[in-house]
Order: sequence, then structure tokens, then C-alpha cells
Amino acid sequence: MKYIDEYRDSRLARSLAAAIARTADLSASYYFMEFCGGHTHTISRYGIEDLLPRNIHLVHGPGCPVCVLPVGRIDAAFRLAQRPEVTLCTYGDLMRVPGTKGTSLMNARATGADVRMVYSTRDAVRIAEAEPARQVVFFAIGFETTTPPTALAIRLAARKGLTNFTVFCNHVLTPSAIQNILESPDVREFGRVRIDGFIGPAHVSTVIGTEPYAFFAEEFEKPVVVAGFEPLDVLQAVLMLIRQVNEGRHEVENEYGRAVRREGNQRAKAEVAEFFELRKRFEWRGLGFVPYSGLRLKEKYAAFDAERRFDVEEISAADNPACECGAILRGVKKPADCKLFGTVCTPDTPMGSCMVSAEGACAAHWTYGRFRDQSRKAS
Amino acid sequence: MSIKTYRRKLDIKSGRVDLSHGAGGRAMAQLIADLFHEALDNEWLRRGNDQAAFDVAGGRMVMTTDSYVISPLFFPGGDIGSLAVHGTINDVAMGGAQPLYLSASFILEEGFALIDLKRIADSMGAAARAARVPVITGDTKVVERGKGDGVFISTTGIGVAPPSLDLSADKAKPGDRVIVSGSIGDHGVAVMSRRQNLSFDTEIVSDSAPLHDLVAVMVEAAGPDLRVMRDPTRGGLAATLNELAQRSDVGFRIEEAALPVKPGVAAACELLGLDPLYVANEGKLVAVVAPSSADIVLAAMHGHPLGREAAVIGEVVADDHRFVQMTTGFGGGRIVDWLSGEQLPRIC
Repeated sequence: MKYIDEYRDSRLARSLAAAIARTADLSASYYFMEFCGGHTHTISRYGIEDLLPRNIHLVHGPGCPVCVLPVGRIDAAFRLAQRPEVTLCTYGDLMRVPGTKGTSLMNARATGADVRMVYSTRDAVRIAEAEPARQVVFFAIGFETTTPPTALAIRLAARKGLTNFTVFCNHVLTPSAIQNILESPDVREFGRVRIDGFIGPAHVSTVIGTEPYAFFAEEFEKPVVVAGFEPLDVLQAVLMLIRQVNEGRHEVENEYGRAVRREGNQRAKAEVAEFFELRKRFEWRGLGFVPYSGLRLKEKYAAFDAERRFDVEEISAADNPACECGAILRGVKKPADCKLFGTVCTPDTPMGSCMVSAEGACAAHWTYGRFRDQSRKAS
Repeated sequence: MSIKTYRRKLDIKSGRVDLSHGAGGRAMAQLIADLFHEALDNEWLRRGNDQAAFDVAGGRMVMTTDSYVISPLFFPGGDIGSLAVHGTINDVAMGGAQPLYLSASFILEEGFALIDLKRIADSMGAAARAARVPVITGDTKVVERGKGDGVFISTTGIGVAPPSLDLSADKAKPGDRVIVSGSIGDHGVAVMSRRQNLSFDTEIVSDSAPLHDLVAVMVEAAGPDLRVMRDPTRGGLAATLNELAQRSDVGFRIEEAALPVKPGVAAACELLGLDPLYVANEGKLVAVVAPSSADIVLAAMHGHPLGREAAVIGEVVADDHRFVQMTTGFGGGRIVDWLSGEQLPRIC
């Protein structure tokens, strides 16, 4: 595949790995957080850890859109789906996330709720158009990457004059989450999480650009390298981060120049600004309530807001007490540290959200990397 | 019975299945005679009995049954009819057997267009004739509108394997080689490309094909050195290898770079966030072969049109955890796990 295979080339990978081994200071250790679930997935899927020296540690961050959605919002979606007039449209991964009572949207569907998996926001609009008697609610989640398509769907629905299409908005913002992690006691006071630098988001940065990261690099003195989702991108970003650390620099660098501009995608940003505004606070699984970290529909577009139309109450529900998703999302714990991991919690019977999405740290480790735990125990 | 005994000809062009076609009366007899027997014609069906009688040759009898509920019914490279023939032939063939006869049972939904049913029956007949495995008995039922999805087909197959051969999923041993007969993921991608909310353009067609001739060549080449054969249908190659690992209490080590994947399949999977290892095949087999016979089997497969791209993709290893491990094309290691739930597209 053109433009893909080049970034998965094993020969180039070996030479980059050799450069990393030469550049890394053997007497030091390096901890880099990959913010995005896309990177977490790539790291596990291609076995990138096998190519890195042992003193380089990759810490999984909270950037998996399904994982950070708090259980209260899943419950709210579940209740929406149970209304007889509602057709709830959602991206596939979300269907399997368990709510408070352990029931997912997949279970809701089995008991008669009208929940449909869509591949794009347009499919949801199409359903609303084709079935005017149904109240079609699009369960919108994700970071800055998936927000512009939701904005476009609202624009489309408005243009078509649809009165039966609404959005249950759960879009969240990357920079607020990064700031929250850097300011958390885990990082600042207790030193439970060491972070020497960030592998910055790929797709998110195509929208927001590299500019928003400048503040973290400067204020918290952490280098950020925005990187693509291909395995060579990740290796290259690791090398660039090691160089910054070695040289005492903390800058924003762009490894993903083939897709990311400093200013981002102006049109997408304008589209989002037209329809959405900041919430004062929004709950994240693992991070709790993070100020100004989520979006909701503007008053002007209230007619398309499922929360307003169906009076969705804000409920904050507790996670399963044994589930370590929260600590894993903050980088405090690794999947194998959780008692539930691989025992009662597997991708077939997920207890926590990190085990559901392919981008979740637990699912990625279970699906691709758990053989390393066995060899670690054995050695 | 001749068509002349009926008052009106079956209106295949614009007619639809109605409840009378399953009621046991004249309409049902007419549907069976004019549509099914016409398409599947052979000496057994012509006798018009509720069962077919045939002589049994010596050897080990192999029997299988399978149901087909595919959506959409027609897809690039095949349809539910040809699939119902190929799939069941392949399940018999994976026992090292030569399939002899099939039965077919149809569950039709009220309202289904007869022209589509004819297309399916004709395709079934053509597939059975090409494979030299006749459908010798069958059944038809009609369910009310909304209680089916057009057509469901269930086929049973029966065949004979050489007495010396005992292929079984619990026979893989450490050191054995793993061979796949060709490119993986073609069928699943072809079907997905025609799904209602997912349609995309691809040149990929389903690999749906009967594998018994290829199997005959392999049995001829290696005999009892063939340990296991499987056709990796639902759940793809990943599910098959994991199942074999469980049954044989072994692990597998495979090389991603050795897996045959067509560029069109790789591209579609990339786009949809899928992994070709988990995508269904309908004309491919995986064989576990004793190391001493691996080259001979591979050479024999290369001489058959359905095995031209056959490749050794890895080997069986001793592993208490029964992991299927893969060296990625990138050079790292990973597990190839069972599929969890359905393979769902990624969000971003």
C-alpha cells in the first residue's frame, strides 16, 4: 500500500532502533507518555517495545475516546436508548462499554432498544431523514478529531430541516486533559508518574495544530513531539524526544509534518466554533471533573441538543471499585497491575472501558502484548 | 410429473414467495419442480422422493452440516447459493475426504422475489455441477414476512476419506509447519464492500471455491503427514489458529511478512480499521503438516490453481499458554488473539 508500507518498513525500523540505542544515555532512563490511544494501539500492534532499549519506557495516556467517557454518560445513553421513540446511533466501540449495572448498549439492543452502529455521522442523519417518525440521537464522543464531523452532521440536519435529529454531545479536548495530568498530584507531588516528554497526538493535531502544546512544553518543561500513528512515526518521535531530553530542550516538534500544520485545520476549527461551546467542567473517567475540557451545543443550536430535548440529567456514577481504569488512564498503573486484568476482565467480558476499545491500554496489552507478562514472570 | 398438470406456470419473472409455497399443496410442489429441481437437476431429485438412496463405498465416512445466513445475499464473486455448496464441500474436505453428496434445506421469507430465488438456485446448481457433488435431497419452508431475512440455506454434506487418514484439530505437534493455501481476507472484504451502510468500491471478489480437489492433491502428496486442515471462515485465520492451539495444547509462531494479503484487502482493512487476520475466507485452507513433508505438500499445492499462492507462514511450538504469536512485519512481537465480539471499526 502506497504511503502506508513506507512507514512500516522493518529495515528502516532497525536502523531507527539502532539510532535510539546509540543516542539514549545508558545510565539514564526515559519515560515518555503517548497521549493518544492510537499510539497505544500502534505500540502494541507492532511490538514496538521489542525494538526499544530497556531504559526507555512508554507510559500510556488517557487519549482513548471510549475509555475516558465516564460511566454516568454511558448510563445516560442507555436511558436514552430505552425511550421507545429514540433510535440511538453510535460508533461501534461504544456499544460494548458496560454501564453501572454492567449492561452495555449491546445488551440494551438485545432487549429491544433501537441502537444502531454507524460508521459516520452522515449515516445517522440519513437514518433521521429516512425515518421521520423516529427520534434519532447521535451518541457523539471523541477528541478534536471526531468533533468536526459532528458539527457537519448538525449543519446537514439543519439544512434539511430535520426536527428528529439530535446529538448527545460528549466531545472532549486534548489540551485540557494534558494539563490536568501535568498538574495532578501523581505527577507534581508524589512522583508516582514520571513523564519526561510527550508523544503528541496525530489526528487530533491535524485539526488543532501544534500551537496548543507550546504552553505545556514551556510551563511544565516537557518536550512534545507530535507524531503520526504509523510505527516508524513512533520510533522517530522517541528518538526526537531522547535528543531533546539529552540536550535539556523542551520544545514542540512536529514529526508528522506530512499531515500536521502549526495552525491546524482552520476550516474544521471554525466549523466546531460555530456549533459548540465550552462546558465549565466535564467528567473524565480516571481524571474526574476537568475544568473547561468538554464541549456542548450552543444555545443557538439547542434544537439539535439531545441533552436539552430529553432532559438528560448529569449523573456521576462510581466505577467498579476493583477496576483500575482510572489509575491506568493517568499512567499511574499498568494494565497488568490491575487485579481484574485477564481474570474477570477480558475483551470478551470487559469490566472497565480500557478493555473495550482497541485503543484502550488494557485491550491493547491483552490482545497483543500479554505474552510479555508471562516471559517476565518466567525470567 | 410434467409442468402441463398445473393450471398456471410459475411466474418467476415477477412472482414472489408466499405462504402457499410452504403449505404442502400444489404451489409448493410447483416451486420445487419448476425452480429447485430445474436448477439442481440429477437422477436422485428426478425420482421425487423425500430421501435419496445411494450405495456406500468402503472407507471412513465424513459428514458435516452448515447454515448460511449471509447479508447481502449477492456479493462480488458469489452468492448465498454457491456459498452454501462451497462451504459444506470444504467442511467435508477438511477431514481429508472427497465429498459425495449434499442435501439442501431452504427457509424462505414471504415476499422474497422468485427471480432472486431462481438466481440463487441456479448458482447452487452450477456450483454443485462444477464441483461434481450433487444436491440429492432437500426441503423448503416458508416463514411469514419479517420472520426471516430473505433466504436461509442449510446444507449437509457427506464424503469418504481414506482409512489411513485421521485429520483432527488435536494433532498439531511442535515443529510442524503451518501452510495457508492463498491470500487471506478476500471474502470478508468483498461482502463488507456491499453492506448497506458501508458500501465502497473494491476490485476484490470473494474467494468462495470448493477445495476438495486441492485437498486430494495434498493427501496424495503427504498422506498421514497431514495432521490438521481447516478452512478459516468466520473469525479468519486468527480464530482457526487459536482453536487449533487449544485443541492440540500447543502454541503457534507465525510471520506477518509471510502472510499472503492482496493489496486491495490490505487497503480496505486499513480504511475500516480491520485486521485481515480476522476477516473471513471461503476458499482458503490452513494445513498443519509434519516438517519432513512441508516442502512436498507446498510443491503439490503450487501445482493446483487454488494453491498457487500457498505459503508456509509459521510453525507449531510448545507453549503452555497456547499463544498464537506473530513477528510483525515491523520486527516486533505480538499475540494474535481470538476476536472479541464482532470486529468493529475504530473510531479515530
